[in-house]
Amino acid sequence: MSDSIKSPPNAGSLRVENLCHTFSEQGSNIEVLKGVSLEAKSGEITSIVGPSGCGKSTLLYLMGLLDRPSSGKICFDGLEVQGLDDKGRTETRNNSIGFVFQFHFLIKELTALENVRLPLLKSGIDRGTADQTSSKLLNELGLGKKSTRPAYKLSGGEQQRVAIARALANSPKYLLADEPTGNLDSKNSEGVFELLLKMAKLFGLTIILVTHNDKLASLSDQNFQMEDGRILI
Amino acid sequence: MLCLELAWRFVLARKRPMLLSLAGIVFGVAFFVITQAQTSGFEKFFIKTILGTNGSLRISDHFQDVSGLVQKISEDGEVKFLFHSREDALYRKGVKSPEEVRNALNEYPEVLGVSEIIEGNGVLETGSRRHSAKLNGIRWVDHLQSSDLASQIIQGSIDEFSSDQMAVLIGSRIFQRLNIKVGDRVRLDGGTGNLHLRVAGVFETGVSQIDKNLIYLHIGTARSFLGRAGGGSVFQIALKDPDLATDLAIQLQGTLDHRVVSWQERERVWLDVFKALRFSSGITVSCILLLSGLGIFNVFAILVIEKTRDIAILRSMGFSARDVSAIFLWQGAIVLSAGVLIGSILAYLGTFLISIIPLRIRGIFSTDSFVVSWDANHYIWAASIALVFVSIATWIPARRASKVEPAKIIRETL
Repeated sequence: MSDSIKSPPNAGSLRVENLCHTFSEQGSNIEVLKGVSLEAKSGEITSIVGPSGCGKSTLLYLMGLLDRPSSGKICFDGLEVQGLDDKGRTETRNNSIGFVFQFHFLIKELTALENVRLPLLKSGIDRGTADQTSSKLLNELGLGKKSTRPAYKLSGGEQQRVAIARALANSPKYLLADEPTGNLDSKNSEGVFELLLKMAKLFGLTIILVTHNDKLASLSDQNFQMEDGRILI
Repeated sequence: MLCLELAWRFVLARKRPMLLSLAGIVFGVAFFVITQAQTSGFEKFFIKTILGTNGSLRISDHFQDVSGLVQKISEDGEVKFLFHSREDALYRKGVKSPEEVRNALNEYPEVLGVSEIIEGNGVLETGSRRHSAKLNGIRWVDHLQSSDLASQIIQGSIDEFSSDQMAVLIGSRIFQRLNIKVGDRVRLDGGTGNLHLRVAGVFETGVSQIDKNLIYLHIGTARSFLGRAGGGSVFQIALKDPDLATDLAIQLQGTLDHRVVSWQERERVWLDVFKALRFSSGITVSCILLLSGLGIFNVFAILVIEKTRDIAILRSMGFSARDVSAIFLWQGAIVLSAGVLIGSILAYLGTFLISIIPLRIRGIFSTDSFVVSWDANHYIWAASIALVFVSIATWIPARRASKVEPAKIIRETL
């Protein structure tokens, strides 16, 4: 890994306190999160494991400001962000958060490079710089020669690496990954996890990883077990 | 610009549905412009013909009641005039004090020309054939300024008419019916006796009712023939801007105490027919644009469903709801712009091709090919109607796209 990609200067901690979230479905309220508290530190991978439906993805989306909690606090570097308005949440997502999902969620009409540069262009970076940064990222992830290929023509593992590059493009403080290896074979899974680990250390990223994979979770810096909307350990 | 770029890529990625949407707009715009070009082309040609023949205004009868028709009101320091309807008033035929009226008319800057006309009837006879005719006695110099008579002459010439006080200009249909030649002598019976006239020229207005009835004599000759030494004439007036005729007619009627009829009032029936045709074709063709709007709505509604996951991921990387909405609105704008541009080019070519199609029309006007109107307003109207339909068709799906809750979509996708 070269040092040509600048490390985010101000990676920080992400803390949630007593976070609760309730869905309304078919007239009844479903309590998905029941007072979750945890803290993820910069430069570390924090994994959250648990059975399906235990609320781990919901917790991740709340931390990523994709949804609003019913109650509780979400703090980025000690600052409460759960009350931000839509504009503030959108800007924070663009500037501070990178997402990686189980399915790569690349935009198929765009090339790998174009997918990666999207958040950069959105944040107002000029096209030349955005292209340069995106190319370097793709090179670092071993996709330099495939950067101009349409996203849908890449293999599953390659697409997931493009998704990781896109999540890292804007030098976020926080990388939130929801089952990033869930759709990959074991070889690719380990590759992606090693990549995340490397990024966390290199950039001082705060990585929160939701996974079913106990093996990967055990390799994380800290590991939380969730069940029925609560953190067990 | 980023939203526009994404919109452009999304449009390119869906060639078939976008081309179908585009085709709807292209044909809608083209048909709208072409039909409007035709209907308004015929309408304008008709107006040009009747203005060139009968002028913008016609002053005929002199009102007898002269009291209480013009009311001067002073209100808040302003002076206003009210002109009451003269429809029920008694009148005497012909213009009273023609010279005074002419002098008054010459004071109006809008007036281009004033022609005094003596009207009457007679029967033309060639020995073997007879034909009833309406005669107009004119001062040719004045009449040329208030009509297109000079350009309507198809045989003979104004010079031949002007140089002979016993010359006559004959409508083309009369000319055919009497089976004569320019230079032949004809007899005009009626009035105070008969006149032997020389055919100096043949005119064709294209309005069959005029071409088969009207002849022109010199005004002095006509007065002598009709036994009207003075008075009894009507005025035909040409205006610099014929659209002012209605307002000016009201004003002149009140100030001159004469009945003044504008060309719009005189030709109301035909103008209403043209208006109805234009409106009807406009509505019909707008339906094509409406249908293309529905097509676009369908395409975009499906597109929003297809792109729900992409919308969610765009939101997760910092695109606002407004940005997402803009991406879809830009797609509509791209299809609309291309549709209007191509449609306008097609409309221009179509209008040109139609304008050279041979088509002989004689009746309310005379033409040997389709008459079209090259009016930028037709293009603006077509684009505006397309804009309304496409805006609605894209705004609804775009709004729906902006309402996508990213967390819900991502959760449901997993």
